[in-house]
Amino acid sequence: MSYSPLFLSLRIATIATIIVFLLGILLARLLARKVFPGKSIIESVLLLPLVLPPTVVGFGLLYLFGVNGPVGQWLLYFFDYKIVFTWVAAVVAAVVVSFPLMYQSASAAFQNYDPNIENAALTMGASRVKVFFTVSFPLAWPGLLAGLVLTFARALGEFGATLMIAGNIPGVTSTIPLAIYSAVEAGRMEQAYTWVIIIIALGFSSVLWLNWWTKRNVMAFKQDS
Amino acid sequence: MLSVDIKKKLKNFTLDLAFSMDKEIIVLFGPSGSGKTTTLHCISGLTHPDDGRIQLNGRTLFSGSDKPLPVQKRRVGYVFQDYALFPHMTVRKNILYGAEDQQEVDQLVTALGIDHLMEEYPKNISGGEKQRVALARAFATEPDLLLLDEPFSSLDANVKEECHHELLRLHDKWEIPVILVTHDRNEAEKLADRIIEIDHGRLVV
Repeated sequence: MSYSPLFLSLRIATIATIIVFLLGILLARLLARKVFPGKSIIESVLLLPLVLPPTVVGFGLLYLFGVNGPVGQWLLYFFDYKIVFTWVAAVVAAVVVSFPLMYQSASAAFQNYDPNIENAALTMGASRVKVFFTVSFPLAWPGLLAGLVLTFARALGEFGATLMIAGNIPGVTSTIPLAIYSAVEAGRMEQAYTWVIIIIALGFSSVLWLNWWTKRNVMAFKQDS
Repeated sequence: MLSVDIKKKLKNFTLDLAFSMDKEIIVLFGPSGSGKTTTLHCISGLTHPDDGRIQLNGRTLFSGSDKPLPVQKRRVGYVFQDYALFPHMTVRKNILYGAEDQQEVDQLVTALGIDHLMEEYPKNISGGEKQRVALARAFATEPDLLLLDEPFSSLDANVKEECHHELLRLHDKWEIPVILVTHDRNEAEKLADRIIEIDHGRLVV
C-alpha cells in the first residue's frame, strides 16, 4: 500500500488552509463591522459552498477552470497551464469548500470585542496596520484559530468537488477520501479500513486539541472568568 | 485653545454645535442619544462631520471638504466609556502603548498611585483602578486635548469621588483643555468650569 494519499492530503490541505486563513481574515476584517447595502448578499455568496452539494461546487469549478471556462482559458492563454486534473485543482476545490468555515469564524471573532479597544489604539497614534497586528489580531486569535482548525479538517476531508475537478488519479490527485472510495470500489477493504482510521485520527485529534487549547487559553483575558 | 463648529446629519436629527474653549474643563451634558459621543468622535477624528471646522492650538483638524487630519495625528487623548483597556496586555503595556516619554510615564503612574498594578492584566483590577489606568494611558501620549466619555458612570459613589479629585488634580498639573461627557447633573456641576448642555444635537440655552 502506497502512502502517497496521506502526503498528498496533508500537502493539499495545508496549502489550502494557508490560503483560506489569509483570505478569510482579510475579507472578514473588511466586512465585519461595515454596514452597506448588499452586504448580506455578498455574505450569502461567500457562504454558499457550505450549503450546496459538493458536486454542484465541483460543477461550478469545472465550468470556471475547464479549458473552455473563463478562468481556464485565461490560464491557458497566459501561462500555458491546464489546471483541471492536477493537484492544484484539488487545492482550489479545498479552498472553496472550506472558505465559509474560516469566514464565519473570523467574522464572529472580529465582532467579539469592544470596537473602542481599536479606537483607543488609533487615538494613541497607532497606524491601522499596527492596530491590526497588536490589537485586532490578538483579540480575534481564539476565533481565528478555531477557524483555522475547522478549515484544515474540512480541507482534509474534501471529496465531492475534488473528484469533479481534480479526478482520482493515484499519486497525483488521489487524496485519502478518494483513496477510500477507490479501495471500497475495488473491494480492498483492508486498505479502506486503514485510511478510514487514519483520517478519523487526524480529524479527531485536531478537534480535540482545539477544544483543549480553547479551554486553557481563551478564558485567560476574558472578563469575569 | 480649541474651537469647534460642526454639522453632521444623524439618524433622527442633525448635530449642529459651535463652541470654543481654553485650558478649562467643559462638561457636555445631555440625555443619552443627544449627540455627545458623536461630538467627541468628530473632535478625535474617529468619525467626521459633514461640514464645519475644528481647530486645536492653531492646527486645523477638520475644515469643510479638505482632507481631515487623521485620528493618529491629532494629539487628542480619549478615555472611553468602559475604558477600552487592551485586555491582552498588562497595565504597563497598556500605558506604554502610545507613550511619548518613559520618565513622564513613571511620574504619571506614581501620581495616580498605580505603581503596584503595572504587571497586572486589566481583568484583575477594580473599576476605579481601570479608570486610573485609562487616564494614565491617555495622558502618557501627551495630548493637546483630553476627551472623556462618561468616564465615571460605572463606579461606586466613593470611588467616583476619588476619581473626580484625581481628574481635577491632573488637570491643574497638565493644563490642557478637557471635554467630559456625562448625563449626571451633580458630576457636571462639580467638575465643570463651564457646562454645555445639548439636546437633539443642539445647544440648550
